[in-house]
Amino acid sequence: MLGVFEIHEPETAQDASTLLAKHGWEATVYAGGTELLVLMKEGLVHYPHLVNIKTVPGLDGITVDTANNSLEIGSLATHRQLETSETVKERLPLLAEVEATVANVRVRSAGTIGGNLCFAEPHSDPATFLMAWGATLELTRGDGSRQVAIEDFFVDLFETAREEDEILTGIKLPLLADTTGGYEKFTTHERPTACVATVLQMKDGAIDDARLSVGSVGPVPIRVPEAEGTLRGEQPSDALFEAAAEHAHDAADAVGDIYGSANYKRHLVRVLTARALNKAVAQAGRKG
Amino acid sequence: MSAELNSAVERPRMPIRLTVNGRVVETEIEPREMLLDFLRDRLGLTGAKRSCDVQVCGACTVLLDGVPVSACCTLAYEARDRKVTTIEGLEVDGKLHFLQEAFISNTAVQCGFCTSGMILTVSSLLEENPQPTREEIRAHLRGNLCRCTGYWNIFEAIETAIEQQEEGRSE
Repeated sequence: MLGVFEIHEPETAQDASTLLAKHGWEATVYAGGTELLVLMKEGLVHYPHLVNIKTVPGLDGITVDTANNSLEIGSLATHRQLETSETVKERLPLLAEVEATVANVRVRSAGTIGGNLCFAEPHSDPATFLMAWGATLELTRGDGSRQVAIEDFFVDLFETAREEDEILTGIKLPLLADTTGGYEKFTTHERPTACVATVLQMKDGAIDDARLSVGSVGPVPIRVPEAEGTLRGEQPSDALFEAAAEHAHDAADAVGDIYGSANYKRHLVRVLTARALNKAVAQAGRKG
Repeated sequence: MSAELNSAVERPRMPIRLTVNGRVVETEIEPREMLLDFLRDRLGLTGAKRSCDVQVCGACTVLLDGVPVSACCTLAYEARDRKVTTIEGLEVDGKLHFLQEAFISNTAVQCGFCTSGMILTVSSLLEENPQPTREEIRAHLRGNLCRCTGYWNIFEAIETAIEQQEEGRSE
């Protein structure tokens, strides 16, 4: 049985932040619980105070901000919501596809996108995808909010730029024209052994801009600027993708663990990078 | 783990009201109680099984407002003011659910430990998608593991049940 704790039910994100500040290390945010409760069951962490932010209304929305041309996702949106949302399927179908492959349907129904990011478990599908897509995160506390680029959010294994009394309240994704993407992963357990996401902006059949991220193989998901530079301004081709994949292989900060050796993971990254790029251009229907 | 953690601590309790298999339950819980323990130990509903205990295998699946969850890793607190359905709640007036009948007639049960989770998970899929493809069934059942590896008969049972339902509707 779990250690004893009390559940708090704040009505606003500010109240939640105040509770976290008041209880310090004794408190943590509780949302889907899919990561937290497992660690508490294993006895790896214990918090006498759980601040249930599911009682804060309005944090689970999925809407399009037409003025800024962005998709706004509340941090309490579950993976299952993102997988099945008509808005996501219409405006950013790749996100729905990525979310549909997270863990299993029970975890997707309970687990939230915000919890997944804040927990910073390295084998995260959404984290890697959102990094390639250029997400911005909104962190809120009693005295206001700040915006953090997702690249600055992941600090280390299970460690983020979120202060102890901050609540992740929203995730913003740009909705860009002529943009295509691909996400590929290799999985034998519930979580990916390696995953690669790419987002390409196409112009007249060429790659105008490229973003590429690698996740699951090391402590945090990373962007691969060398691969992106190789792709930029070029016509899609197998040779080009192989060159980009080589950069991803070299940049991957792979760590050997139960999922596989570091070399094996780097090999997977190379293969998955080429696949993701091929998928992205096939999606755009523009491979020349 | 928690003997020393708990000994000197006041144990908060909270009132809870929920519906389990159509029956209203009003009681008190500790916030730390898991739904699986609550259902099995306090209500005697042992259809949901404890197996992996880390929400990977699906043996403890129950429906919370019709949505499958892992009872092993869900706080009983989450069921407050909601409807819980366990395998015991699928039969109506002593008549088994058509998926239960199909699992029996297709011998889709070996040791039976995964069966209640399989059936509840598929029943939730059929609520939103009455005629799923095999691929859709597989995707939905990806988190329900059969330790006897008898998946073939399970898919046969589900597809047969769906076909029979469809024939029943068109008659």
